[in-house]
Amino acid sequence: MSIEKVWVVAEVNDGVPTTTTLELLTEARSIATTVEAISWGPSTAAAAGVLGEYGASVVHDIGDLGDALPGVPVAAAMAELVASEDVPDVILVPASYDGRDVAGRLSVRLDRSVITNVVGLTADGDEVRSEHGIFGGAQVVTARFTGERPWIFVVRAKSFAAESSGGAPAQVVELARVDAGAVDTARVVSRHVEERSGPKLDEAAVVVSGGRGLGSKDNYAMIEELAKLLGGAPGASRAIVDAGWVPYAYQVGQTGKTVKPTLYMACGISGATQHLVGMKGAKNIIAINKDQDAPIFSVADLGIVGDVLKVLPKLIEALRARS
Amino acid sequence: MNVVVCVKQIPDPAAPQALDPATHTLVREGKLILDDSDAYGVEMGLQLAEQSGGGDVTLVSMAPGGETSGLRTALAMGAAKAILVSDAALKGSDALCTAKVLAKAIERAEPDLVLAATESTDGYTGTMPVQLAELLGMPSVTFAKKVSVASGNVSVERQTEAGYDEVVCPLPAVVTVTAGVVEPRYPSFKGIMAAKSKPIEQLTVSELGLDPAGVGANGASQEVVSVVAADDRKAGEIVVDDGEGYARVVDFLDQLKLI
Ligand SMILES: Cc1cc2nc3c(=O)[nH]c(=O)nc-3n(C[C@H](O)[C@H](O)[C@H](O)COP(=O)(O)OP(=O)(O)OC[C@H]3O[C@@H](n4cnc5c(N)ncnc54)[C@H](O)[C@@H]3O)c2cc1C
Ligand SMILES: Nc1ncnc2c1ncn2[C@@H]1O[C@H](COP(=O)(O)O)[C@@H](O)[C@H]1O
Repeated sequence: MSIEKVWVVAEVNDGVPTTTTLELLTEARSIATTVEAISWGPSTAAAAGVLGEYGASVVHDIGDLGDALPGVPVAAAMAELVASEDVPDVILVPASYDGRDVAGRLSVRLDRSVITNVVGLTADGDEVRSEHGIFGGAQVVTARFTGERPWIFVVRAKSFAAESSGGAPAQVVELARVDAGAVDTARVVSRHVEERSGPKLDEAAVVVSGGRGLGSKDNYAMIEELAKLLGGAPGASRAIVDAGWVPYAYQVGQTGKTVKPTLYMACGISGATQHLVGMKGAKNIIAINKDQDAPIFSVADLGIVGDVLKVLPKLIEALRARS
Repeated sequence: MNVVVCVKQIPDPAAPQALDPATHTLVREGKLILDDSDAYGVEMGLQLAEQSGGGDVTLVSMAPGGETSGLRTALAMGAAKAILVSDAALKGSDALCTAKVLAKAIERAEPDLVLAATESTDGYTGTMPVQLAELLGMPSVTFAKKVSVASGNVSVERQTEAGYDEVVCPLPAVVTVTAGVVEPRYPSFKGIMAAKSKPIEQLTVSELGLDPAGVGANGASQEVVSVVAADDRKAGEIVVDDGEGYARVVDFLDQLKLI
């Protein structure tokens, strides 16, 4: 039995699939011949073109969920589809807030375990192997399922490059919402958007991040200024997110974003393993830290042993003079 | 209001970590400690129970070897009691199995609210709490950065890609909290002394009504195939700043054609 069908849990905002969705569809094509998307929301139909272009032949559309959190209704509808004997071999779920909810709920409904934190996949005959970075990415673990299909993999963003296959628009098939009862009672009463300008953190070619070494929230302005001068996005270590200096959306690392920019600049960041997993994939890394033994230097192409409060103002001044 | 807080007891993350070469599982030797990520849940639970004007916090943990060190830390913070599931049969459990075991233990405590961390420090699968919610038949709200309870509902500020959503959900429910949701207290001396005599109920898999043959490595449907060292990045040039360090950065940016 080879791998025939893969479902991709496809997140769509305002008619546009998320980048991770496209990454998963691209990877799904190399695993199986049939790739189908599972989606929801008011604008899925508008995304059928792009979903098809990246490889989905069909999009199972659960429709507008209103103010319900997606985890339960999406998993319930998927489980129903599996019960109707439309059983995929593999289900790929993005490691997003809602994706993780869907995977957890689906896992119990199907009584299948989940493999999470996947950063690579390979199909080999009738087997799919997943890769995971552990200990800050120093070691790569390869894992596989030994039990019944479908196999549910939760995949981290930026694990694969998204590439169009030039496919025709996906056929939109309605997937009925199932009454899930008491578990489906969490409701969103309001949504808050924290605006930020410039490129998105996980898509920027340059990311300039600051850590606790900046000393205070006010000094983070230097990180923002530097990011702006380089046309990049500002990022952060968890230490300063927890301290409330910047919103969570800025966090790079295990529990934040994975970034793979052309250049990553770490300013006043020690380089804890949980931070390294999120940025080690950058093409070039510059680190500024006053402690010459800071672990961040072990991954830096250029390391400046110095005080960020002295180096950054001069650097900003030099870049301003050139722009 | 009765709150159950899931607390994982893990090897000290500050100590060097290793995988068992034979089983490919994390080496868990010696004393385990309270996962830092769960200290937030414990604090949140204590505050919510107190604000509700009655009820208390019960800790639930699954750990090998009858380990209670991490539980004592959380009891010292102020939790009233704990349930520990410890059984040799559980070795090698995956997240789904852990959820099945914890669900059985949690049902005994009849909670109004179950708290867990969004992910653990050592395993970080991040799916256990939602699996737990499904097994308990409860709604769940993950990634809480603020939690309050009023008139039978829990209100959560839930992190999103764009900012946060305000989510309301009737109790009983499962909520996962992020670091920073509240500032965990340090156990006081009095708390530490009191913790020594607080009850920890220890249970085995069969005492929970589960079949030992279906849990642990036997019940797991996933396995590690191999562990290899990653192609490591090499450290590059290191420059000690003498006031001109910035100029070396400018050169580097030039080379990359970023300026
Ligand atoms: C489950 C879990 C998940 C985690 N997830 C993440 C994650 O996603 N992302 C993340 O970043 N962390 C994460 N962490 C936290 C991580 O372990 C570190 O605590 C965190 O990355 C440290 O942030 P930092 O480097 O800014 O602070 P610190 O570790 O305090 O380092 C500050 C650095 O600044 C240097 N410094 C101080 N003053 C100056 C100065 N004037 N000039 C130059 N350098 C200076 C110091 O030498 C030091 O190296 C996680 C931890 C856990 C347990
Ligand atoms: N063995 C366990 N005992 C108690 N709580 C656990 C256990 N495993 C996981 N949890 C809880 O579930 C959260 C997420 O864990 P994980 O799915 O391992 O990332 C943890 O932070 C704990 O709150």
